[in-house]
Amino acid sequence: MNDLNPSGWRPSLGTAEPVTKTGNRALELEEPLIFEIGDAARCGVDFDACEGDILPGLRLRAAPVDVPGLSEPETVRHYTRLSRQNYAIDLGLFPLGSCTMKHNPRLNEKVARMPGFAAVHPLQPQSSVEGALTVIAELADWLVQLTGMAAVAMSPKAGAHGELCGLLAIRAALEARGEAATRRVILVPESAHGTNPATAAFAGFGVATIPAGPDGRVDLAALLARLGPDVAGVMVTNPNTCGLFERDLKTIADAVHAAGGYVYCDGANFNAIVGRVRPGDLGVDAMHINLHKTFSTPHGGGGPGAGPVVLSAALAPHAPLPYVVRDPDGRPRLVESAAERPETFGRMCAFHGQMGMFTRALAYILTHGADGLAQVSGDAVLNANYVLARLRDVLDAPFAKTGLCMHEALFSDAGFADGFSTLDLAKGLIDEGFHPMTVYFPLVVHGAMLIEPTETESRAGLDQFIAAMRSLADRARAGDESLHTAPHFAPRRRLDETLAARKPRLVWTAP
Amino acid sequence: MRTLPLTEADRAAMLGAIGAGSIDDLFVDVPADALLPGPIPGLPFHASERAVERHMAALSARALTADDAPFFCGAGAYRHHVPASVDHLIQRGEFLTAYTPYQPEIAQGTLQVLFEFQTQVARLFGCDLANASLYDGSTACWEAIAMATRVTKRSRAVLSGGLHPHYAETAATMARFAGDSLVTLPPRAETDSDDAAVIAAIDGETAAVVVQYPDVLGRIPDLAAIAEAAHAMGALLIAVVTEPVALGLIESPGTLGADVVVGEGQALGVGLQFGGPYLGLFACSAKFVRQMPGRLCGETLDADGRRGFVLTLSTREQHIRREKATSNICTNSGLCALAFSIHLTLLGGGGLMRMAELSHARAVATARRLEAIPGVSLINRVWFNEFAVHLPRPAADVVEALAARGVLGGVPLSRLCPDRADLADVLLIAATECTDPADIAALGSALEEVLA
Amino acid sequence: MPRYFTRDHEWIEADGSSARVGITDYAQGQLGDITFVEVPAVGASLTKGDSAAVVDSVKAASDVYAPVGGTVTAINTALEDAPDLVNSAAESDGWLWDMDLADPTELDGLLDAAAYAELVAGQ
Repeated sequence: MNDLNPSGWRPSLGTAEPVTKTGNRALELEEPLIFEIGDAARCGVDFDACEGDILPGLRLRAAPVDVPGLSEPETVRHYTRLSRQNYAIDLGLFPLGSCTMKHNPRLNEKVARMPGFAAVHPLQPQSSVEGALTVIAELADWLVQLTGMAAVAMSPKAGAHGELCGLLAIRAALEARGEAATRRVILVPESAHGTNPATAAFAGFGVATIPAGPDGRVDLAALLARLGPDVAGVMVTNPNTCGLFERDLKTIADAVHAAGGYVYCDGANFNAIVGRVRPGDLGVDAMHINLHKTFSTPHGGGGPGAGPVVLSAALAPHAPLPYVVRDPDGRPRLVESAAERPETFGRMCAFHGQMGMFTRALAYILTHGADGLAQVSGDAVLNANYVLARLRDVLDAPFAKTGLCMHEALFSDAGFADGFSTLDLAKGLIDEGFHPMTVYFPLVVHGAMLIEPTETESRAGLDQFIAAMRSLADRARAGDESLHTAPHFAPRRRLDETLAARKPRLVWTAP
Repeated sequence: MRTLPLTEADRAAMLGAIGAGSIDDLFVDVPADALLPGPIPGLPFHASERAVERHMAALSARALTADDAPFFCGAGAYRHHVPASVDHLIQRGEFLTAYTPYQPEIAQGTLQVLFEFQTQVARLFGCDLANASLYDGSTACWEAIAMATRVTKRSRAVLSGGLHPHYAETAATMARFAGDSLVTLPPRAETDSDDAAVIAAIDGETAAVVVQYPDVLGRIPDLAAIAEAAHAMGALLIAVVTEPVALGLIESPGTLGADVVVGEGQALGVGLQFGGPYLGLFACSAKFVRQMPGRLCGETLDADGRRGFVLTLSTREQHIRREKATSNICTNSGLCALAFSIHLTLLGGGGLMRMAELSHARAVATARRLEAIPGVSLINRVWFNEFAVHLPRPAADVVEALAARGVLGGVPLSRLCPDRADLADVLLIAATECTDPADIAALGSALEEVLA
Repeated sequence: MPRYFTRDHEWIEADGSSARVGITDYAQGQLGDITFVEVPAVGASLTKGDSAAVVDSVKAASDVYAPVGGTVTAINTALEDAPDLVNSAAESDGWLWDMDLADPTELDGLLDAAAYAELVAGQ
């Protein structure tokens, strides 16, 4: 490397603690709330001249809605400043296990804004939205092919909504068999995501928890022992939330089917096997696909997602409305009336699903193709195993002390100095310029740290992350007190969540 | 491939570090008969950015869009002008590619937006509190019913016939599985909303009464009277707002006595998008805070005493309460909430009122033009920006004929109620500030032609 | 007045046919800062083992089970504004509810202070 400062120039540096009048720190700008800077007199929208009257008989409100306005430049500045207080994939590696924070190709954004998708109304005549319907049908075809299933319901609005769709299809199938009253229990492994038991309860089922075995997979014997005439089905995540492939899924599926139940697979981790393994070949009856995980639609700071559900032949007739079919001439058509699909369990939301996500996901799938998608899952698993291999001498990997993982690597807090927790390490990672991994999930591992690098990280990026993690692991094991107070360099220090929960302040009120 | 940074040399070196021979070897836990030998046959291989863009653009061209045609569709999704700055700001990578703000120290941008959004929604709806969004209006409507059953410990809900049929069907699906009973009044093509029938259906077992405001035919129910009747029976009033711009002109439901106000936020900032993603709005009285579904953002302090925001009251949620959670919702509509919030910030209360006045004026002008056409009769007495008419022929046929003439002339009620032959002649027509006088003239003459 | 304990870390102090119930100091220490307490309704009828109350911390919601059966006669309304009473005074001012006992002999199956101390020492 060249000499970075050949002249040896240095400004005269004092020792005084720097303070600023504004609270700002150069590019790090404090930003008030819109309620503190806006007012009713300002407006950032110009309207056409208005002609016409208010209808007599319309009872008008007493005063305008009490929300402040801002001019366009003030608005742009407010949100731009706020945006800079966020971490994002565009800034760096985002290793949230099971959340799959991969790069979002910008072509996705461009196509989603094409007028034939963005500027059409959901209830226009179908003849006037052929292109949009074709997008849905093409994506549906891909999802069916990639999963080896019989059909797909496109309308669920996110993963948890897709879970609900799958379980309602199971309820409907049981009703059709006259067994809905007796088969009331869904078996859920203890490593499952919280939405699984919550969805089962929301769909009217009871939940029985199946323990994990010592290898981090579903305890096969315990599951088989629990099967019986009261069991409606099982919800399995594969690969599971410990980052492991459920080797026995086919055995489980065969046993569940033999016992009269159905198999729901949580497809949150489908990105680990896409293009290489078809869940339909493993006996799955229903699986949701988080388009924002596997197929790179943006997470948007918490949605919107999309959760199409692929279905086996047994469940397909019960899919919700609307349902996309292709007529004999190949033209896609939305079926919106139960008269045409008498066994449907009904409608789960207004309109037809997350069109804006379908366009993005289809652009991603077409970009990668069958070959590229297999490379995607291969690189995702390679990157995770690389992280695992490079960290397991400094962090405890309870289920992969020697073996491999799938797309995410799971570690525990074993070996940390007394009083040092996973949270401390995670907050230290913030200071190192990374978003923390998923922490304290799954529940089956003490102080769990679940790391999913995804396939869109370079080797150099991974090496930098690994170096940061090794340093943090050393500090946690050595008991470096400064970890307790991390992060030190973020826009905010640790926040008082107890205060927030004890005295909730959920809306702004004037002081 | 442009999204995959690893080179073959990288892969070889990394496999070496792992001690594996090939990427396929990493899939050792997959049973051999389930592992595909190669790419799935029959599917295309990867394509260039240009090729994909061309394919999608060709599909996009197969449409008659709101940008091209005189446009009068509503029925739960409205075309308002979205300022360019909204779309610019939501595409900033720090918003677009962030995750749910679980690490508040590096997510204050999203969290402050959510806090501002919650306050905006609460004030718009006239309620104490709002959550950080749900999927859409229809699912928010069911969540409100579910919350009402928890709060009142009753299991019966009354749904007005003016409720959007998709919302009523969504609730019916969920109620059937949840074991709740719904009394769903039939949609009626009458001058006034079915307030009296709704009030008559409330009994001492009723958890909630659900009333859309303005309703699906654009009529404006008397929420205060319904609230009084509901409260007298110990039931909650859930008001459903599918066109939030209306509240620029008419009183907020919470102010009129609604206990819970839910709605579809699509009209502000989000755009039509063929039906999704949209934005579920949920606001209610503070006394229900522990029973609310979805994420909540709250104000607190950091270790240095500076104001900051966190997701809070999480013990209601699925990741902690699992099968005892208030809802199974996880991901919501964060980016749509951002778009809504930016648009409302640009408008302010005054701008919202102006936008509402314009939309109303254009709807009135549209109604006056169509009334003059022989065979067309107006159903509503009052409306905000959407009204219904009887046509002398099935509305679905008329809409198809209008589309063939390049006019998107509204939504036939039969599209929402396919089983109600008696409503086949009803057309729902919406106007907004985007409806120009020339559009109204075009609809008028096209409809005259079609009905001639 | 005799005070009994459960293996699920509730305490119950009986006075004839009525009793006061709370969670133990050990339990509050395990839960961390309590943010909210959901108590049963006055008049609610409880069977031994019912989930009767919920104690929330920031990251967990823990069920409190009825140590014995009976009817709720009073609740600790102070917890509404000051849930932290459960942290600072779990076994006194941080009590959860009072109840009339359906069957005072159910108390016989519970732990005494010494047995509970032994249980906690072993955890």
